[in-house]
Amino acid sequence: MARKLPRKDVVIIGLGWTGSIMAYELADAGLDVIAIERGPWRNTATDYPPGYAADELRYRIRHELFLSPSQTTFTFRNKMSETALPIRTWGAFMPPNGVGGGGVHWNAETWRFLPSDFVLKTHLTQRYGAGFLPEDMTVQDWGVTYDELEPHYDRFEYLCGTSGQAGNIKGTIMEGGNPFEGPRSRAYPNPPQDQPFGHTLFGKAARELGYKPFPQPSGNMSRPYQNPLGVRLGPCTYCGFCEWFGCGNYSKASPQTTILPALVRKPNFTARDNSEVTRINVDGSGKRATGVSFVDTAGDEWEQPADLVVLSAYTIFNVQLLLLSGIGKAYDPAANTGVVGRNFTHQTISDVVSFFDPAKFVFNPFIASGAIGMCIDEFNGDNFDHGPHGFVGGGYMGHVQTNGRPIETTPVPPGTPSWGAAWKKAVKENYQSAIKPGTGVHGSMYSYRDVYLDLDPTYKDRFNRPLVRITMDFHDNEIKQNKFLTDKFAEIFQAMGAKQVHKEYRKAPYDITKYQTTHLCGGAIMGTDPNTSALNRYLQSWDVPNLFVLGASAFPQNAGYNPTGTVAALAYWAADAIRSNYLKNPGQLINA
Amino acid sequence: MRRAAQFAFVMLTFAVGVSKAMSADVQNFAAVERGRYLAAAADCGSCHTVPGSDHPFSGGRPIETPFGVLVAPNITPDRETGIGAWTDEEFDAAARKGMRRDGKRLYPAMPFPYFARMTQEDVKDIRAYLSTVEPVHNSVAANQLPFPLNQRMAMTVWDKLYFKPGEFMEQRNKSKQWNRGAYLVEGPGHCGACHTPKTVLGGDKSDKPLQGYTLQGWVAPDITSGQGPLAEWSADDLAQYLKTGHNRFAAAAGLMGEVVELSTSRLSDDDTKAMAAYLKDVSGPKAAADSSADAHVMAAGGAIYQDLCSACHKSDGSGVPNLIPNLAHAATVNTGDPTTVLRVILQGAQSVATDKEPTGPAMPAFGWQLNDVQVAAVATYVRNHWGKAPPVSADQAKKERAALDARTN
Repeated sequence: MARKLPRKDVVIIGLGWTGSIMAYELADAGLDVIAIERGPWRNTATDYPPGYAADELRYRIRHELFLSPSQTTFTFRNKMSETALPIRTWGAFMPPNGVGGGGVHWNAETWRFLPSDFVLKTHLTQRYGAGFLPEDMTVQDWGVTYDELEPHYDRFEYLCGTSGQAGNIKGTIMEGGNPFEGPRSRAYPNPPQDQPFGHTLFGKAARELGYKPFPQPSGNMSRPYQNPLGVRLGPCTYCGFCEWFGCGNYSKASPQTTILPALVRKPNFTARDNSEVTRINVDGSGKRATGVSFVDTAGDEWEQPADLVVLSAYTIFNVQLLLLSGIGKAYDPAANTGVVGRNFTHQTISDVVSFFDPAKFVFNPFIASGAIGMCIDEFNGDNFDHGPHGFVGGGYMGHVQTNGRPIETTPVPPGTPSWGAAWKKAVKENYQSAIKPGTGVHGSMYSYRDVYLDLDPTYKDRFNRPLVRITMDFHDNEIKQNKFLTDKFAEIFQAMGAKQVHKEYRKAPYDITKYQTTHLCGGAIMGTDPNTSALNRYLQSWDVPNLFVLGASAFPQNAGYNPTGTVAALAYWAADAIRSNYLKNPGQLINA
Repeated sequence: MRRAAQFAFVMLTFAVGVSKAMSADVQNFAAVERGRYLAAAADCGSCHTVPGSDHPFSGGRPIETPFGVLVAPNITPDRETGIGAWTDEEFDAAARKGMRRDGKRLYPAMPFPYFARMTQEDVKDIRAYLSTVEPVHNSVAANQLPFPLNQRMAMTVWDKLYFKPGEFMEQRNKSKQWNRGAYLVEGPGHCGACHTPKTVLGGDKSDKPLQGYTLQGWVAPDITSGQGPLAEWSADDLAQYLKTGHNRFAAAAGLMGEVVELSTSRLSDDDTKAMAAYLKDVSGPKAAADSSADAHVMAAGGAIYQDLCSACHKSDGSGVPNLIPNLAHAATVNTGDPTTVLRVILQGAQSVATDKEPTGPAMPAFGWQLNDVQVAAVATYVRNHWGKAPPVSADQAKKERAALDARTN
């Protein structure tokens, strides 16, 4: 029997980036807010201090900061005709857990999407004709435009202290920045990070090939910064322990380093960690959320009533809670009906590993940060004419090698034995003179009718709830896109003077065991039509108006950028809609 | 006529009786507001509220003294266990003279030698404010000292030696700001209660004001200017530290973190600037330079420093303004007594978060990672590389580790 807690104005499920942003905005508006987080509380000095923040075995190999699959997992299959099996070790993505969520262990690559990304269906149809898109591709417009999101991108970048070079300020193209980006209202709050040797050479080679390289926008600080909430960050030390690690010296933007210190000072905010929300409760009409049920580590069940529910967990968990709570109609790919679970996407990542003459090139790859590097955007989105190529989509590409960590940084030329004396010799010879750019080609993944999330018919979690089933494969469009981009990427390394360039194309079938990124998107998408989207343009549930669902689960398809900037901008956008409109007149903000 | 006079007389005594038992100032909004502010300036809550308690001023916090533990009493208006039944005069006698209601004497853990400098009106307004807080029934056995220290009679002698009654006297040759700062520092702020060296009997060494003392496991460093350790701090640096807990040199943690959180961050900018102006005018002696650190120890300490400390404090010790202390200028690092530097290396430290500086960065613990020899080496390095504070021995590190293991706070 669940014990009932006193009512709150707002209950927030998951205290990562979006939960923290929404909690701050609504507490700032005077509402009584509680956040419920499945994982533990985390602080810099107590949980990932410099004394062991750079423990590659602990964090990179043993996954300390992630959800443990023994707590909960998903099942996976490529095709609808297959039987899905549970994931028992994380591979293609790393589900976050704990306060700060993925914001603790991200690389801090802080991008904006292109203006055309938000009106993708309309844009591509107008430029290439409806027949150009593959028949089973289900891309949609977002219902929100870049111009509407611009102030909210700006807020997040100034919250984080993003280090970068603007490419377009109010329509004026800025030298050294990304000329393809949408117009921004002002420069980044901090100058770009310094670039190490190899990254600088890549930029030079790209420029010589006629591209316009620019430094990757980074949430790692190029200098000390105090954000508008008064919270301070220190300068990055370029230690190269960002992705999958917490930053030990307050240099990487995270909820802990930008927003939580200000949030926890608010007397009308409380947080409950180590508590897993199991259900969003709705009243008899099914049209109003009454709060949430959650279970603590003792196994005791509690009910937290609230007037407004904000679902801000990781993509798959957002979809899972909607499905398990019966909110919104579940997607059925056969009938092509329902919305919850549809348009699930990931990313199309590939790499080019280049080997240079050790006598001439010493790259010191360990000097790096998570969002270091020089990039080009000529082949992203619809920045180039896709007509001759027969595919849509694209991505940024760059030499964005984030580290030279010893366990994983062992690039050796193809043909080298995978162990033994010859392998060791090759590692030693190439460690300083090879470039393994990481997510070098950061391609989009568009949505398809047969790529989706639903509830698994067989496997259940510890509360006897069905696991979420992932059905995902690559389609020809993405494979073609990746081939084209990877070849273009390799040309730049050749121009840098590599003696050997090894292309690692992304190929089908989608491999759940190989890491790409943690950028799972979709499943509870925003849009303009309740028949094809779970949320309206303000991330408000079409079905339950006092429920807002934040995160990349709202993306109708994934663009060729890291998603966090857009995820956070959408959270500010939704918070603004709640503060400006919803609170004055609680109810459906859009009449569809 | 006679009857009428009698009636008037009765009314008068009744009125006087009421005013004696209950502060008339409770009806005075301005007095209560002033009292609230002055209670913050006097940092009453630091001792009289258990940290994190929802019942401010209800007492029960153990106060560690060199002589044993005293427990701060309940000063809520509860009539039985608090001070609700006290008259204003009784409250004033306790605050400014160290005299209890029963005529016995208070121990100087209650900083009445400082509060004696306060005006009667200020103390009365604090009383007015305290009369408005929630009365809490909480009986506190304040005196838990061993015999013979538990005999309050002894305090009669102590008072004769160390207690100098008398309100603060303005110095006419000094500015208004200086006088305000002096009043706050010497009176309600009772800065010297921690920062002034003590005699074996726990009285202030009045010839060495604010020149540093060690208590409750922390160093309250020498905060004098002139040739003293704060010589390079400007008045603005000092005021910023008091107001926000942070400045370009240092961060408040431990006891001073509490003082900033509960007291100085709640003062007006004018008042923290006044305190800074006065403190900048207090000169102290130059710290004795000590160049006896062993070169091998310095080399080992420097290596540990670059490995573990430089990511935040920078290779040159300069840190990050308002975030990471500058080790060359942080008074607790370069002071003669290494207690705080050892404690912070071993145990870590949480700096204070304030409205103006909400970050509250923390120093991680290294006691699990470094042995006593290593702790001593890195402590010696940070004290002796940029400054010339005395080296620290492994034995001192060992003792500090044991002391921290024994501590409950």
